[in-house]
Amino acid sequence: MSDWEPKIVTFLCNWCSYGAADLAGISRMQYPPNIRVIRIPCTGRMSPKFILTAFRQGADGVWVSGCHPGDCHYIEGNYYARRKFALFKRFAEHMGIEPDRLHFSWISSAEGTRFAEVANEVVRAVKKTGPASGYLKAA
Amino acid sequence: MIEYINKIKEISERLLKEGIVDIIIGFRKGTMPMMNEPCFAKSPEDIKNLVWDSNCGINLANYLTNYSADRKEKIGIIAKGCDSRNIVNHIIENKIKRDQLFIIGVPCKGMVDRRKIVSIFEREIKEVTEEKNKIIVKSDGFEKILKKAEVLQENCAICIHRNPVVYDELVADLVEEQKDVDRYEDVRRIEAMPVEKKYKLFDDLLSACIRCYACRNACPLCYCPTCFVDESRPQWVGKSINPVDIRTFHFLRAFHCAGRCTDCGACESACPMDIKVRTFTKKLEKDCFELYGWEAGMSLDERPPLDTYKFDYPD
Repeated sequence: MSDWEPKIVTFLCNWCSYGAADLAGISRMQYPPNIRVIRIPCTGRMSPKFILTAFRQGADGVWVSGCHPGDCHYIEGNYYARRKFALFKRFAEHMGIEPDRLHFSWISSAEGTRFAEVANEVVRAVKKTGPASGYLKAA
Repeated sequence: MIEYINKIKEISERLLKEGIVDIIIGFRKGTMPMMNEPCFAKSPEDIKNLVWDSNCGINLANYLTNYSADRKEKIGIIAKGCDSRNIVNHIIENKIKRDQLFIIGVPCKGMVDRRKIVSIFEREIKEVTEEKNKIIVKSDGFEKILKKAEVLQENCAICIHRNPVVYDELVADLVEEQKDVDRYEDVRRIEAMPVEKKYKLFDDLLSACIRCYACRNACPLCYCPTCFVDESRPQWVGKSINPVDIRTFHFLRAFHCAGRCTDCGACESACPMDIKVRTFTKKLEKDCFELYGWEAGMSLDERPPLDTYKFDYPD
């Protein structure tokens, strides 16, 4: 078990956090390789289906990141996402998904450093929680 | 409640005769005791079939959408408190127009849970009648009188919106709303459990599920042309009765009702396996109330919580 590494499916908004991930890479910042990035047009595109499908296919955690409130490329997508995610997280806990597996953050495309920091935090939190099996469907 | 029926018939007959509506959605007697079924009355002659008693737990708002992608006719619908809230949901979600509807409001005193009666009675029930606050259950040469309060549906026992929210005509005076009801006692009990225990709890709860989708079909909120369980590219939810598939289905079904569920209990009373599916939706109902002060279907002018936002809400 000691060499277990979590898989964290990461949904990044095209306009901010994806850019931040790019910047972190270009700047040669170090962050753990546990995250698997999926680019979405906006955090408002997030659906609960995506998160459950990630867990179903073997993710140990899910991290969603988008533009800061007020900076959404589509003006308001991240405001809707914020509400949806808040409700989702509470409900997921009710349904037996540990809150430490679900992360939500705001990272602008200028914040490469912050991207690396949050990536570290997320990986640490998910590692602590251990492998997820509750919603994993055995192949 | 049983005395409402004459007034319901009178109003319905008038509406159909005067051509104010083309169809009345109401209840008629089912083939078994305590199983009233929805019916569509299209002519004044159909009116004699209408019934109203404590077995009308099905949510009639469901029939405004599911079987009528574009209903153009004028519809008369009989609505209890919860039905009327679901009608409000349909209106604010643009599924139907307010002026297309004539809502016959029924102040409700709660519906009975036939399963409770069956389990108390313990033999084949031939006939069920009711008087004021009593339910009289009969079998061959055997009779039992039950207090209605003891056999209410669980959601009716904790209901705080018995009177219809919107209506064009009432069949009786508004009833007094229940006060000092603790609506979320059971949710809090689950919230206090550690995560593993919650997981186990739902494993036990859902072990009987046969994926018949009765809960979805009975629900007035579920009107998507293609349900997520039927989507195949990509396929979000497996179709088997694998426990993970079942759990994912119930998770997503409940989440689709977030901020919309009126706790009408249709899902639970439709379940053939007696699964307490309200356990899921009630958590979301509670959260919507705590986070956004939202109760679904109470106003035609407010947007539902997931369709709006505030700038200053903390993340």
